[in-house]
Amino acid sequence: MKRLIIRKKSRKNFITYGVVVAAFIVLASVVSAGAMPSALQGLLVPMCAYIIAAISLNLTVGVLGELSLGHAGFMSVGAFCGATAAMALNGAGVPDWARMAAAVAVGALLAAVAGVVVGVPVLRLRGDYLAIVTLAFGEIIKTVVTNLYVGKDPAGLRVGFLNPDIGLGKGGMMIVNGPNGISGITKISTLTAGFVIILLCLIIIFNLVDSRSGRAIMALRDNRIAAESVGINATQYKLMAFVISAAMAGAAGALYALSQNTVTANKFDFNTSILILVFVVLGGLGNMLGSIVAATVLYILPETWLRQFSDYRMLIYAVVLILMMLITNNAKIRIWMGKLLPHKKEKEGEAHV
Amino acid sequence: MSDFQFEKGKMVPVPSHSIIPERDLGHVPVLECSHLGVDFGGLRAVDDFNFTIGKTEIAGLIGPNGAGKTTVFNLLTKVYTPTRGTILLNGMDTHGKTTVQINKMGIARTFQNIRLFSNLSVEDNVKIGLHNQKKYSTLEGILRLPSYWKTEKEAHQRAMELLSIFNMEYMANWRAGNLPYGAQRRLEIVRALATNPCLLLLDEPAAGMNPAETAELMENIVKIRDTFQIAVLLIEHDMKLVMGICEGICVLNFGQVIAKGTAEDIRRNPTVIEAYLGKRGAESC
Amino acid sequence: MALFLLYPINITLRRGTRWKRGKRGAGSVRGFAPYAESGGGAPGQPEAKLEVVSLSLVNNLINGVSLGSVYAIIALGYTMVYGIAKMLNFAHGDVIMVGAYICFFICSDFGMSPILGILAAVLVCTLLGVLIEQLAYKPLRQVTSLAVLITAIGVSYFLQNAAQLMWTSNPRIFPAIFGSGGIQLIGDLTIPYKTLVTIGACLVIMAGLILFTGKTRTGKAMRACSEDKDAAQLMGINVNRTISITFAIGSALAAVAGVLLCSAYPKLIPTTGSMPGIKAFTAAVFGGIGSIPGAFLGGILLGVIEIFSSAYLSTELANAIVFLVLIVILLVKPTGLLGKKVSEKV
Repeated sequence: MKRLIIRKKSRKNFITYGVVVAAFIVLASVVSAGAMPSALQGLLVPMCAYIIAAISLNLTVGVLGELSLGHAGFMSVGAFCGATAAMALNGAGVPDWARMAAAVAVGALLAAVAGVVVGVPVLRLRGDYLAIVTLAFGEIIKTVVTNLYVGKDPAGLRVGFLNPDIGLGKGGMMIVNGPNGISGITKISTLTAGFVIILLCLIIIFNLVDSRSGRAIMALRDNRIAAESVGINATQYKLMAFVISAAMAGAAGALYALSQNTVTANKFDFNTSILILVFVVLGGLGNMLGSIVAATVLYILPETWLRQFSDYRMLIYAVVLILMMLITNNAKIRIWMGKLLPHKKEKEGEAHV
Repeated sequence: MSDFQFEKGKMVPVPSHSIIPERDLGHVPVLECSHLGVDFGGLRAVDDFNFTIGKTEIAGLIGPNGAGKTTVFNLLTKVYTPTRGTILLNGMDTHGKTTVQINKMGIARTFQNIRLFSNLSVEDNVKIGLHNQKKYSTLEGILRLPSYWKTEKEAHQRAMELLSIFNMEYMANWRAGNLPYGAQRRLEIVRALATNPCLLLLDEPAAGMNPAETAELMENIVKIRDTFQIAVLLIEHDMKLVMGICEGICVLNFGQVIAKGTAEDIRRNPTVIEAYLGKRGAESC
Repeated sequence: MALFLLYPINITLRRGTRWKRGKRGAGSVRGFAPYAESGGGAPGQPEAKLEVVSLSLVNNLINGVSLGSVYAIIALGYTMVYGIAKMLNFAHGDVIMVGAYICFFICSDFGMSPILGILAAVLVCTLLGVLIEQLAYKPLRQVTSLAVLITAIGVSYFLQNAAQLMWTSNPRIFPAIFGSGGIQLIGDLTIPYKTLVTIGACLVIMAGLILFTGKTRTGKAMRACSEDKDAAQLMGINVNRTISITFAIGSALAAVAGVLLCSAYPKLIPTTGSMPGIKAFTAAVFGGIGSIPGAFLGGILLGVIEIFSSAYLSTELANAIVFLVLIVILLVKPTGLLGKKVSEKV
């Protein structure tokens, strides 16, 4: 009967924290020893951003149980608002780390606002209809950002839509330049910042899941009608999970933008949403450590090991993706894996009985 | 009759053609439905449903398949909005309320096709039932403030107390979806009780249970009524259970009430016999 | 943070010149692809302004219905596969691209007749569709739809990258296989042959599919499988074969759609299929996914909305407007225009 028992969550959470901290210590010491190739070093912060995006999407897909195909839209909002904030503060005598923190906070806040705007209509729908509407919102956000013009002059920020002529005064500077996006960003996000945000997001998600609100969210996932019958307000808790997820994606976007020279709206299109979803599904729904590992491997893999295959790189990536899905979902292989790793048995029982 | 014996309360008629036990006469009835009805397209699923349940009454709702019994439950819990009629809960009108508000007002239910939160543990299922009883804000939960630890501890103790009604404490860490069938039905009742209701609706609580389990369930329903001092309305096809513990019984057929009364009245009612056995069956009785 | 908030923010949401109607030549639509210059209608002559406006309106309507017909054909493939396999086949858009390339090589490189080109495209895509289904989707029949979705995305990446390796990412200009002329109606109004063929093909395909699913044995088996696979199997229906046939039909439709799409918008690159694929999927949802008339209606509406919004509102925002309309429709009718309302039994 042991296999029926659900293991204490706290142990699993501590393993996740431990892995993240250990990975950070190893990476940071390799970087400080100068042993890391510079090409790889430049990938570390974007990798952190994708990890955050993946765990935030896992909150929507794994914990709330709603498929979102427009998560990159929230990253986009966070990236552009965060980078604008950082550039607006440039030269105001603010230290880099504070600018970075401000950018992430602004990115998260405005992405949360976008989350409310998108979530209120979207969460009324179900299943694939919900998924397609998140896709639609992702595309709308992309189009809006592509046509957005923001500039800074001594009088303050100027915003224009569809029209590059925003009447910048003397000494003015264009920040967001429509389809060209933001260029000339000073790279102020660091590995440490990425690590701190990952850890914060993990703490928020784990503490949320193991609390009254988190149980309400999971109850809605498992059975909405039963959840409402015991007095759980579906709209409130669905929106809560969705907005927290959007805010984290916004923070990820801001982190990402500040690690690049140039950011355009096309960077956060449907394909990026799908990429993040792939991390989540491969890592396992609701499994944060899985998302982190999947995001790390699948982000670093095409950039490093697969480089040797040059032109065949993305083709191999596609094949790897298909094979991974076929293998991880093959019943025979799962049973065989279960025999190989005795502690895995428990999980098999949980999922299949 | 089974070995299980239950002393029926004396039934008294009240003006709305319903009957409630004598001991509940001094209290406001927990539920008063008058002229309740709902249409699905052209179909009158329930029509002119009048029923009153006393404060601590165990009432039964019976009828052939498709008679509209579950629909009545869905009307009471506002899964469907009634087309006609009123529902008074403890004397308060429930018009315009949502399922969530109805639960907060004091109706809890179980489902015919079991609806547990199957990926969560048994204890978590009960804790979700305690959602509106043991409260703290989301922020307190995320920041792990003292109120979180205090309330969680209370919730854990309360969940264990409730599970002990059916001696299920040892199952607290089991995954709800993996429980045996009977335990799943019992867990649904525990979860409903956790919401601190004044009226418990049980939709076929004994379905799929063997006679021994059913007898135990009967005992437990009475025990729940006595300890929590609440009313119970149950839908059940097992006549032994219905006749054994229900004080007032209402028979539905084709969405309409065809008989109301005590178990004895119902047993003798020719219309009921006809509805269940058909005309010829009724004649041969 | 505080410093940032001190900045006054001036928002100038001015209506740019491009919002004005009739600035561009009547009937010229750039929203979809850079080669979308089509149809007649001379830029506004002052005397005949009203005529030109109404002419451009009719022209845009025709263009919209034509683009919509392509969307509808793709959406029909999507909706059939969704109906039976309950999966979002994101690789469908890339099958379109493969079909277009095959037709391009037959007609352009080998100089053979367009009919042969279309037949070859249909044949190759049908085989490709069945092959994809057998290799990638069939082993996943019992697992969650999300896993299948990711596999479909993997297949989509695979097709795009394979096409890039084999045929490079240099754009090819699709030949005008239906001729460049058209039927002249009144005055300047000309309907190109390709538009006529596209609309005609769409109507024929839709009618054919309705008859097929309604009247034939295989069609009925398909409907049974989409309702309940296990029950269908118990009734002696070969579910695997039925699903394969559905994929074959869907992929054949994709090939036709690819040829029609590229004869209207002749720039052909390995990612040609992805955006029309997503939009056609939107169209299928728009009309109520799983419903054949719904896919048709959704496709046509989507095409018309897209052409009209890029002609009269803003080229840049055309896609956003299309998606906005989708969202509004779904909020009013949560299962699409012709979708069945499924209520959960409590």
